[in-house]
Amino acid sequence: MEISNELMKDIYLQMRRIRDFEGTAAKLFADGEVPGFVHLYMGEEAIAPAVCACLRDDDFITSTHRGHGHIIAKGGDLNLMMAELLGRETGYCKGKGGSMHIADRDKGILGANGIVGAGHCISTGAGLSIKLRKTDQVCVCFFGDGSTNQGTFHEALNMASIWKLPIIFVCENNHYGISMSQARHQAIKDVSDRAAAYNMPGVSVDGNDPLAVYEAAFEAVARARAGKGPTLIECKTYRQHGHFEGDPATYKPKEEQAAWMEKDPLPRFAKFLEDNGVMTAKEIETVDAQVAQQIKDAIEFAKAQPIPSPESAVVDVYSDIVEEVRVR
Amino acid sequence: MSIMTYAEGIREGMSIRMRENPNVVLFGEDVGAFGGCFGVSAGMFDEFGPERVRDTPISEGAIIGCAVGAAATGLRPIAELMFCDFLTVGMDQLVNQAAKMRYMFGGKINMPMVVRMPAGAGSGAAAQHSQSLEAWCTHIPGLKVVYPSTAEDALGLMLSAIDDDNPVIFFEGKLLYGMKSEVSSKEPIPLGKGKIVREGGDVSIITYGRQVFDAAKAADLLAKDGIEAEIIDLRSLYPLDKALIEQSIAKTHKAIVLTEEVKRGGYGGEISATIAEEFFDSLDAPVARIGALNTPVPFAPVLEQYYMPNEMDVVAAAKNMF
Repeated sequence: MEISNELMKDIYLQMRRIRDFEGTAAKLFADGEVPGFVHLYMGEEAIAPAVCACLRDDDFITSTHRGHGHIIAKGGDLNLMMAELLGRETGYCKGKGGSMHIADRDKGILGANGIVGAGHCISTGAGLSIKLRKTDQVCVCFFGDGSTNQGTFHEALNMASIWKLPIIFVCENNHYGISMSQARHQAIKDVSDRAAAYNMPGVSVDGNDPLAVYEAAFEAVARARAGKGPTLIECKTYRQHGHFEGDPATYKPKEEQAAWMEKDPLPRFAKFLEDNGVMTAKEIETVDAQVAQQIKDAIEFAKAQPIPSPESAVVDVYSDIVEEVRVR
Repeated sequence: MSIMTYAEGIREGMSIRMRENPNVVLFGEDVGAFGGCFGVSAGMFDEFGPERVRDTPISEGAIIGCAVGAAATGLRPIAELMFCDFLTVGMDQLVNQAAKMRYMFGGKINMPMVVRMPAGAGSGAAAQHSQSLEAWCTHIPGLKVVYPSTAEDALGLMLSAIDDDNPVIFFEGKLLYGMKSEVSSKEPIPLGKGKIVREGGDVSIITYGRQVFDAAKAADLLAKDGIEAEIIDLRSLYPLDKALIEQSIAKTHKAIVLTEEVKRGGYGGEISATIAEEFFDSLDAPVARIGALNTPVPFAPVLEQYYMPNEMDVVAAAKNMF
């Protein structure tokens, strides 16, 4: 399939932004500047940028606890993300969400999500809303292989299929549900097999190749926009880090890790772009330098932002009720 | 003025808003041509069609989750659970998603959704179809909870619940569905406003849902002994009309909290504790808290009747205070 040089450059740019944002987030976490949990998308960067390259601003996505990549690819603001990771008042969620709960309604990002399998059902609601409001938007539901053992996966795929909802279910099969390998947590190899049970197209692609992902997503998005219903795309990839930062991931065999590092999507796609004359090595260097500057700016922005006032904890529980403050 | 059943009040509330706003939709198990398990949506399928009065598979997680996603993207969905007991199956979507999204996302998302669910014992439906689970919902910040007792309140609270930008849990007393009452207004009833359904100066009975009628029976019996009970129908559990409770207790100096929930950990305990903490100076006697037994709901009628609180419990509690 034809894909323009401009689009390939954009995808590379987003992949690089995700990689660098997360590298920085990991460092800040290790330095104790990011509270809570950080789950890295590192190794899976070929997927969200390629899928989101098929989307418009008014399309929706649901995300996961491993959501930085989805949010950046859908147009999330790096400054606001970084400020949120640092728990700042002016972060995406005013310091109330953190890494696992970043959302941007204006960009169609219906939130990263701390509950494995929650986004599937939420995507059906976005899909129903699109259908009843009679627009040609679509919703992409990103999730991992681990979540395909939740009941919500099956409830949502069934509902989406019987109602022909405009949803693209994108399984990022990184081969682990926390510490449990896919071989141990389910009796199938291809998650896309499960599409048959819901009478929707199911396809497995190389999740470390953005062009393969793009091709599958392009077709699924076109199908959804045309009112023909949902598709399940399985992108086979690998989680380069542990489940969360600080997880030594001793359950991952060294040979397996090494083999997948050979397929690291960043250098692989950079080489492809160079080999095919899409970008010169110098151009790639320039993009990398621009991204490095963006991340530096984001940190600088985030660190300059105010810490929330403790009393702001009682705001935004409801649209119209402010809860009682603590009296000491 | 008209006479309506409680079910008709709920239906009329939903229908009024659905006629006005195409983004208001109803979905749940068998709510379509079948008309809902208890007939609440009967006729709505014919009026609004299969797109907006939509049957769902038996998938409570997807029903509530679908409401969450729909509410976040421009609809004002009403989701029906066939029994509140089935909330267990979709609890994550309600507790971790619907209730928390606005807060987690820094106030930048609205969640205008209503989840309707019939509750309560008395129909011989046993332990998995009879519970009163309102405390599970009132416990969760981000949810509003209402529990009407009459057709007019059901109608007016439904209008407000649909209009609200927050998730509203709409409990329906399943024994009340066929009960007829006067509907003199079809205006929204603000959430958080209780009402005095019987005035009296001697003891306040604070209750909601079907127990409002048990309280009325108790008040009749107490009146024969010269005790005048005042009955507060809370209508909204959260927000809670504390001002109305305060005002009544300031007059009667005695409070009985009556709910059908299992007493242990019920919302009645929260109301009682609030009275004790905040209005202690008004009290002449300890707050009496009446609920169901701390057991699952039993099946056989004699067991089920024994499980549920009734007017005699209220009479006994009131007499103990004098």
